[in-house]
Amino acid sequence: MKKVIYLDNAATTKTSPEVVEAMLPYFSELYGNPSSIYALASESKNAVTKAREEIAEVLHAKPESIYFTAGGTEADNWALKAAFEAYGKEGSHIITTKIEHHAILHTCQYLEKRGARITYLDVDEDGLVDPAQLEAAITEDTILISVMFANNEIGTIQPIEEIGRIAREHGILFHTDAVQAFGQVPIDVEAMHIDMLSSSAHKIKGPKGIGFLYIRKGVKIRSFIHGGAQERKRRAGTENVPGIVGYGCAARLAAQTMEERRAKETQMRDYLIQRILKEIPHTRLNGHPTKRLPNNVNISFRFVEGESLLIMLDMEGICASSGSACTSGSLDPSHVLLAIGLPHEIAHGSLRLTLGDETTREELDFTVEQIKKIVERLRGMSPLYEDFVKRQNEQ
Amino acid sequence: MYSEKVMDHFQNPRNVGEIENASGVGTVGNAKCGDIMRIYLDVDENQIIRDCKFKTFGCGAAVATSSMATELVKGKSIQEALQVTNKAVMEALDGLPPVKVHCSLLAEEAIHAALWDYAQKNGITIEGLEKPKADIHEGEEEEEEEY
Repeated sequence: MKKVIYLDNAATTKTSPEVVEAMLPYFSELYGNPSSIYALASESKNAVTKAREEIAEVLHAKPESIYFTAGGTEADNWALKAAFEAYGKEGSHIITTKIEHHAILHTCQYLEKRGARITYLDVDEDGLVDPAQLEAAITEDTILISVMFANNEIGTIQPIEEIGRIAREHGILFHTDAVQAFGQVPIDVEAMHIDMLSSSAHKIKGPKGIGFLYIRKGVKIRSFIHGGAQERKRRAGTENVPGIVGYGCAARLAAQTMEERRAKETQMRDYLIQRILKEIPHTRLNGHPTKRLPNNVNISFRFVEGESLLIMLDMEGICASSGSACTSGSLDPSHVLLAIGLPHEIAHGSLRLTLGDETTREELDFTVEQIKKIVERLRGMSPLYEDFVKRQNEQ
Repeated sequence: MYSEKVMDHFQNPRNVGEIENASGVGTVGNAKCGDIMRIYLDVDENQIIRDCKFKTFGCGAAVATSSMATELVKGKSIQEALQVTNKAVMEALDGLPPVKVHCSLLAEEAIHAALWDYAQKNGITIEGLEKPKADIHEGEEEEEEEY
């Protein structure tokens, strides 16, 4: 296989060698069940405790408020369904946004069938939620606000601190899906008044299949998975010890390198955005130009369809993703791109490139050259482009 | 996910382009679902398709089915071209993933639309050809917007 240029770090990341190394002993040597009483098992238990502390530190949270799950999707499901169950007597209204991940949106649709009333807030053209609009949506009946920290497609970072303050003032629970943000940008659950937060290890060079839900002390939500007494009786099932250890290690590394990475990635991100916008006509940046994840680039190429672009990039060894319908299995393009007001045709022609700490300037230069070539080729085949050129000539 | 033949026709599409003063042009699909196909026919006085070209906005399967459809109708009579079904296009490509079957339907429709245009222009009726249900004008205003 030829050299791969991996620009899909929002989909998943390469597990870092240090993480793998930290995990290995917990498969073959320290394999005890943390619930058992002998010395071998306490090694596992201590490892879980240590990882919980490492993660809590990144969030400025108490270790006992971190509950390990099988990933971000489980954490999102748990937060919403259990909050609806626990606080159902106080009301049945939930406020969220139109640009949430499907783990939130589909869970909300499920809850609607069970009597919940959901407000899906609009976002502006950059993908930002308007806190005033959010506050205006609050009713007597509102029990939960769930707004994602940073968007997985367009990278826009929400005014979480402000939303948290509003939620706190109104005495409403505040959950945030921080799957894309945790370990990438600073998060302080105290300062930001976050009551629940979902996260997933494999987005920050940790292993797949492990995540957590942060639940502030005092939030009453109950167990979602029933069985043993693990995770202080709130999440049954033998702990994924190697996964948890890997997550702890990945979180610690992410926090240690965050400032340096942010600075480097932001610079590379803006370089990539500027080159594409400047050198390829009929393109637009999706998402906020500055309030965005340091590694996210999302650009629409008019007259071009995303899947074609992805296949051609793949032939050059470049891994990317798109908001095109063809990549989602449905006929509609990305709900996020539609929510920021893009017409269908332009939403279909979007490309997401998400950088990692190993991404080099040379890789980005090569990628820009390939995109230029491919977009030109696809436009040459596009009836939309043909019509556009004819219209231009007529004017 | 795609067969070798689909990949071949996607990477090296046959008959891409336009035909000036074409005998018939058909455009089908819409920007909403992300596929638009346009087929140009050059039909001679014996009603034989002398040349056929296409332009497509769409996924890999959309490009490949357009390319294969043009190959299948080239050199055929208009009656024979009408018999080129989406199944024939799919078979010639060694199959398509289930979610992409609609692309082959679009290719069939594009041929029909081009034949319809040819029939209209020449004031003839092609037996068995119904008016195509193209809906590409849907959302045209949106397309005008500049980004």
